[in-house]
Amino acid sequence: MDARVTGGMDLNWPEPGVCDAVPYGVFNEREVYDREMERIYQGPTWNFLGLAVEVPNAGDYKSTFIGDIPVVMTRDDDGNIYAWENRCAHRGALVIRDSCGSSDGSHTCVYHQWSFNNKGDLIGVPFRRGLGGNGGMPDDFDMKENPVRKIRTEDYKGAVFGTFDWDMEDVDSYLGGDSVVNGHVKRIFNRPVKVLGHARQYIDSNWKFYAENTKDPYHASLLHLFHMTFGLYRSSQTGGVRLSNDWNSVLFSESGTDDEKAMEEIDDAHLRTFQSDYSLEDMSLLAGRAGEWNDNTTLVILSIMPSLVIQQIQNTLAVRQILPKSESEFELVWTFFGYEDDDEELTNIRLKQINLIGPAGMISMEDGESSVICQQAISRSRNARNVLQMGGRTPEDQDHLVTESTIRGFWKKYRELMAY
Amino acid sequence: MSYESLLEVTDLINEYVACIDDDDLERWPDFFTEQCIYRVIPRENADAGLPVAVMYCDSRGMLQDRIVALRNANIYAPHFYRHLVSNTRIVGESGDEIKAQTNYAVFQTLLDGETKVYNVGKYEDTIVRVDGKLRFKEKLCIFDTYRIQTLMVTPI
Repeated sequence: MDARVTGGMDLNWPEPGVCDAVPYGVFNEREVYDREMERIYQGPTWNFLGLAVEVPNAGDYKSTFIGDIPVVMTRDDDGNIYAWENRCAHRGALVIRDSCGSSDGSHTCVYHQWSFNNKGDLIGVPFRRGLGGNGGMPDDFDMKENPVRKIRTEDYKGAVFGTFDWDMEDVDSYLGGDSVVNGHVKRIFNRPVKVLGHARQYIDSNWKFYAENTKDPYHASLLHLFHMTFGLYRSSQTGGVRLSNDWNSVLFSESGTDDEKAMEEIDDAHLRTFQSDYSLEDMSLLAGRAGEWNDNTTLVILSIMPSLVIQQIQNTLAVRQILPKSESEFELVWTFFGYEDDDEELTNIRLKQINLIGPAGMISMEDGESSVICQQAISRSRNARNVLQMGGRTPEDQDHLVTESTIRGFWKKYRELMAY
Repeated sequence: MSYESLLEVTDLINEYVACIDDDDLERWPDFFTEQCIYRVIPRENADAGLPVAVMYCDSRGMLQDRIVALRNANIYAPHFYRHLVSNTRIVGESGDEIKAQTNYAVFQTLLDGETKVYNVGKYEDTIVRVDGKLRFKEKLCIFDTYRIQTLMVTPI
């Protein structure tokens, strides 16, 4: 194996199988990052590429990343979605240079105009036979042997996943088949969606600090005043966490179900985030529409290995891609959506509630900040360990929200994939 | 279009950005009409005809709530803004309404003293007169810098 991707073995790991602590070196070392790009992102994982409705017609394309590798997804005349590494088979230039668009089904590199079809096969090489008897490719140059690097894809209920591992199980099994986790994926993708827009954040933090955050029901009452004060989410509510494949997790809760005794304890704790005298001038932000999914669930955060978050907070729906850029930087790409059959009022509710989420979200902005201040704190702490013992020491399903169980599941699978 | 109305609009925009840059944010909602629209829109959405804004307020009350949240609720790194505005043009006048466009650049300085270009874009304003003073009935901030550094809490 490449020498660069053997890093991190010497970190101060707990005993094998122990997942209630990890050494901070895992968050700021280039060697660990390189190993992740090899073993996780190009390993046995399904990576979210986009929503199928982002490429509705044959020839449509969207460029994105698997890890830090540029990739493209396209729809072909056969109706299927294909994906390939966005690197010309000739000399390595980007074939697609914009974030999305439409084509006639051929994608031409600007550098020497080599062109590829939607499936990534090489279909054109200028001057292949030379010019005026001069030059040209050797006679035995085989177009069929020079595609762009292809990626296996699956359109799972409108969410498109890609993997470099052609032996992977299908997405349904990967998400846990009949698991509660996959049940929540199916609940959100229960009917055709429509994209409402995007937002992007660039965060000076290792991607895993954010991944931990999305698996952390413990912080949500203690960091986010809006959650706690307005009861959008509280650790005292009916809810829980479920795991599948260790790394995949869902946390879910129901507003308005606060346990009375737990609320008394919250009141006694004098938390910064619980201010009973805090109110809004315009409460229409929180009005929303209840019962949209014929249940009482008001918050769902699905965190799917390695870098996808699917969320419902009140009436907002979004997917978030956590795109690593270096050991200390990642980009967070939000795609907000609704359903094709939404009425105008519901669309406006979703758009208005984006004030709670996204880069300027009065809840979600704080997750970006928490990732940054973790990164800033660990510059020389490679062998010190964090503490992940809230709610026990093992990854397990739990029927409450006072836990870091799902973070432990993440690290268990992470160590397995990374062979630490 | 009269030279006087251009001067008056320019003055409104200068006062508006000074209010934000001087951290006089409690006065910021006063620049808007009671019923108003304030949207901060990534350019990629505007260009694609997609409706998502990262901030979307449809009343002065919602603007006030943004400021109260910034002061009392939200967690973020303390910072200063400095707006530079230019190229103000009046692009339409009908009845009591003036439509104007202005380029802006917001520099952000964190408490370590480093200044970065944080948000660059254009204002698309619909301006009306209320009790003799110009106010924003609608303010769209369409920003080119659609990859936001860390987060956005202070209005543009």
